[in-house]
Amino acid sequence: MMYHARATLATAKRIILQLSHDKRTIALMFLAPTLLMALLAWVFSDRDQMFSQVAPALLGVFPFIIMFLITSITTLRERTSGTLERLMSTRVAKSDIVLGYAIAFGLFGVIQSIITSLVAVYLLGMDVLGPLWFVFVVAVMDTFLGVALGLLASAFSKTEFQAVQFMPAFIFPQILIGGLFVPLTQMPGLLETIAYCLPLTYAIDALNLVTTNTEIVIEMWRDVGVVGLFIVAAIILASLTLRRRS
Amino acid sequence: MNAIEARKLFVKKSKTEILHGLDITIKTGSLVGLIGPSGSGKTTLMRSIVGVQAYGGDLSVLGQPAGHKSLRQRIGYVSQNPAVYSDITVAQNIAYFATVIGAPKLQAETAIKKVQLESHRHQLVSSLSGGQRARVSLAVALLGDPEILVLDEPTVGLDPILRDELWGQFNELVQAGRTLIISSHVMDEADRCDNVLLMRDGRVLWNDTRLKLLQDTQAADVNSAFIAKVGESS
Repeated sequence: MMYHARATLATAKRIILQLSHDKRTIALMFLAPTLLMALLAWVFSDRDQMFSQVAPALLGVFPFIIMFLITSITTLRERTSGTLERLMSTRVAKSDIVLGYAIAFGLFGVIQSIITSLVAVYLLGMDVLGPLWFVFVVAVMDTFLGVALGLLASAFSKTEFQAVQFMPAFIFPQILIGGLFVPLTQMPGLLETIAYCLPLTYAIDALNLVTTNTEIVIEMWRDVGVVGLFIVAAIILASLTLRRRS
Repeated sequence: MNAIEARKLFVKKSKTEILHGLDITIKTGSLVGLIGPSGSGKTTLMRSIVGVQAYGGDLSVLGQPAGHKSLRQRIGYVSQNPAVYSDITVAQNIAYFATVIGAPKLQAETAIKKVQLESHRHQLVSSLSGGQRARVSLAVALLGDPEILVLDEPTVGLDPILRDELWGQFNELVQAGRTLIISSHVMDEADRCDNVLLMRDGRVLWNDTRLKLLQDTQAADVNSAFIAKVGESS
């Protein structure tokens, strides 16, 4: 048990070290969502209320997309460079590696979410009726969701080109029908049903609820719970897709 | 005792058969040169022994079927492309793998010394030369002091002086009772091995001592012996 905890933390540390030597990636990771938020505020600068209506949901979407991409490409690199095979020939458990990834990228995602949320609220004037900490909780959950789905998606791609293509294939549908553009109730019945099977729908719903409710309502926690279940399921599936032998 | 025993070992990769029923015996404490042209199945055989390649037939390593969980701590493997992280330093690589392998901290330092990378320890692996990267990968394999070391072309492209030193270390490891399997597509590397395993097209041409091979084929070196053996088998 002690060994697996050590191996997991060592893996997380190794991934953080890898990324920390790549200053440009770090800068992009932390600055891009903030700049996009600023751009959005500018777009809606003549209509004050609009920004506050759209921005919270986007706070959940940005870390989701970016973490999905970074995770799936880094994991794929590990698969193709032979280092994963080397790890698989040692006593390390598959879950040690997947959890190490989740911890390392989760940490980056949390920092990213804090920066973006703080900038959106204090610099760009995003206004939510409900408690701000809940916005933050959902953003962090979305980060982990992106990491978990990225880990899973990397199992199905053989090249970096494929990994990047999984973004539109895997992520865009969730954004399109997740309730960001059109409320679920106004969509065709079948689409609404599909939307309820996808994790991002619940994250967007939670963020919409916190913008319109002054207090925490039970549906918000239900949403967070569902996203949590998707994260756990994706991480378990991702562990299963790692093969000791090929 | 035999470190490795293969009986009718088959390997198929996407419907193509790579190894066609090999019978191989490797004694514990021997140094075996796995020699053959590229495409002969050397890497596939090594991957099977290490436990990352699915196979058919029997392959026992240290008395256990290859790929058995208990073997993971007893075998060190250096793949052909140095499987180390290029975007962290030499020392960071070694420290990470030491934790994962469960090797004592002190061994990390010894491993760096053995491959003579002390002066490069804080350099990113991406800034090293090909030969230096190969040595980082070799250092990782030395961690945990495994009983069997499987080295896929470990000396390709190395400076002859360094190559000599590495072969010296390989011999030291054998004297300490370790079993080493070292592949090469360069025939004259076989002249450094007491035992040779010649492979061609997924079949074994020879699996015995080098001296017997030379006597058997009346050849002056392994290269000519290889050609003679190919002639016999076709």
